[in-house]
Amino acid sequence: MLPSIFAFLFQFGDAFAFLVLAAAGLAIIFGMMGVINLAHGEFIMCGAYVTVAAARAGLPMPAAIACGALAAGIVGIVLERLVIQRLLHRPLDTIVATWGISLIATQGTLIVLGSTMPGIGTPFGSFSVGEFSYSVYRVLLMAIAVLLLIGLYLLFHKTRYGVLARATIQVPSMASALGVNTAVVHSLTFGIGAALAGLAGGLYAPTMTLVPTMGTAFIVEAFVTVVVGGGDVFLGTAPAAVVLAFVKALMINWYGQLFGLIGLLLAVIIVIRLLPRGLSGWILRGRE
Amino acid sequence: MSPAPHLQVTGLRAGYGGKPVLQGIDLAVGRGQIVAVIGRNGVGKTTLMRALMGLLPATAGVIRIADSEVTRLAPHRRARLGIGYIPQGRDVFPRMTVSENLQVGETLCRDGAAPDYEGVYRDFPILKERADQRAGTLSGGQQQQLAIARALVGRPEIILLDEPSEGIQPSIVQDIARAVRDLNRSLGLTVLFVEQNLDMIMSLAQHCFVMDKGQITASLSPDELHDRDTVRRALAL
Ligand SMILES: Nc1ncnc2c1ncn2[C@@H]1O[C@H](COP(=O)(O)OP(=O)(O)OP(=O)(O)O)[C@@H](O)[C@H]1O
Ligand SMILES: [Mg+2]
Repeated sequence: MLPSIFAFLFQFGDAFAFLVLAAAGLAIIFGMMGVINLAHGEFIMCGAYVTVAAARAGLPMPAAIACGALAAGIVGIVLERLVIQRLLHRPLDTIVATWGISLIATQGTLIVLGSTMPGIGTPFGSFSVGEFSYSVYRVLLMAIAVLLLIGLYLLFHKTRYGVLARATIQVPSMASALGVNTAVVHSLTFGIGAALAGLAGGLYAPTMTLVPTMGTAFIVEAFVTVVVGGGDVFLGTAPAAVVLAFVKALMINWYGQLFGLIGLLLAVIIVIRLLPRGLSGWILRGRE
Repeated sequence: MSPAPHLQVTGLRAGYGGKPVLQGIDLAVGRGQIVAVIGRNGVGKTTLMRALMGLLPATAGVIRIADSEVTRLAPHRRARLGIGYIPQGRDVFPRMTVSENLQVGETLCRDGAAPDYEGVYRDFPILKERADQRAGTLSGGQQQQLAIARALVGRPEIILLDEPSEGIQPSIVQDIARAVRDLNRSLGLTVLFVEQNLDMIMSLAQHCFVMDKGQITASLSPDELHDRDTVRRALAL
């Protein structure tokens, strides 16, 4: 009995961490800028590749992951300045542009670095409860996902950047009339979103095979989480991750991996039918 | 030579997507002056304020703040020359608290100057009481006070105030007029305001421009501003 409850909790935590880490960057870029970033998976791939390269060069794991996040963030800021900024009020065009960036990044990586790159092993080993054994690293990822949500909350509510970024999304013209350089805010926000994608890539790099298309392993769940959550990172992404992780863990427990994914997609369809503006739209209803 | 006006506008034209609204505005506001712009609904008063702030591009003409030309400057760069803007309809950040709204206003502070929380909380004590309340849940009058405080907290040298009395109870209108007049007297704040409320115009303005069909068609001297009928006639023009 107890071991199977633990197995469920572990699966729930594992799914929750994956959804939060995969979706955070996408959610921030969508929620704070209204940009749907189809290159999200490639920022994740960038973070993973840089992390692995740095780790192989001898950097300790945390520093290597920081390098991965930083690299993705810098690439994000550059792309924002070169492309996204010019398309800010043209949502459909940004979708096409980021899709193009995504294709270029995947194919470019394939040409330059080949179809696969040697990975690094998952650190920390495993522990067992009952007859099953569990990866210590995955427990660490759960803790990191929770800390990340707390950190993002503090960033957007307790720092000057966060206050200006929220003002910029709420009434952009008024923010600029008060002296806020909204272009810089947007670049930083996109950079933070890209860095979070890179962080996800770095954190999961030890657990995956490195291929140029590895971003697609994240992108479905990232989009599902953002769609279910709606525009608000804290009132949307976090609760959506809880709900979806629960559904996924249940389905996996009963029917296996494939059904976990089917459960997620069913959950999206149901939520969107009932709450067209996502969980955060529902939580914030009538409060505009 | 007399010093340059604090704000000088010559031949300003602007509009919305090919529809001209401002058709060659000329006006000047001296440093430390309180000047009103009046005119019927839809003549382009708000459009003028938005063009001055840079939220709407000028298609022709020149805008100068003190000694610098700002006609092509982005809004945030203009704001940092010490312009506080209070739009019609207030535009508070609805899902942020009162104190977070004021924090955005701090951006206006020139190098090294500290924000003037003491001053805005003295003039609008309700904001201190409501510091942690979300701005979107305040009453209209409270939102107007917040919008003004948000512009004042960064110590601007000139404010552009668009219909501060619209839809607000008289006692709050008086508080706002008093606060603006005090700042003008104590710090020499320059004020350009749009207004339709006769009492507010007469009690605050030292000079007044009358606007019609996108142009300045008349101006009222301080003497004329003391005569209720003259002002009323100008408003109805
Ligand atoms: N965003 C916009 N797009 C198109 N036309 C606009 C826009 N805003 C205002 N207008 C038009 O421009 C003209 C001037 O409007 P403006 O808001 O400047 O007038 P106003 O003098 O401030 O009026 P009020 O006293 O009602 O505030 C009006 O004919 C209005 O319909
Ligand atoms: Mg108006």
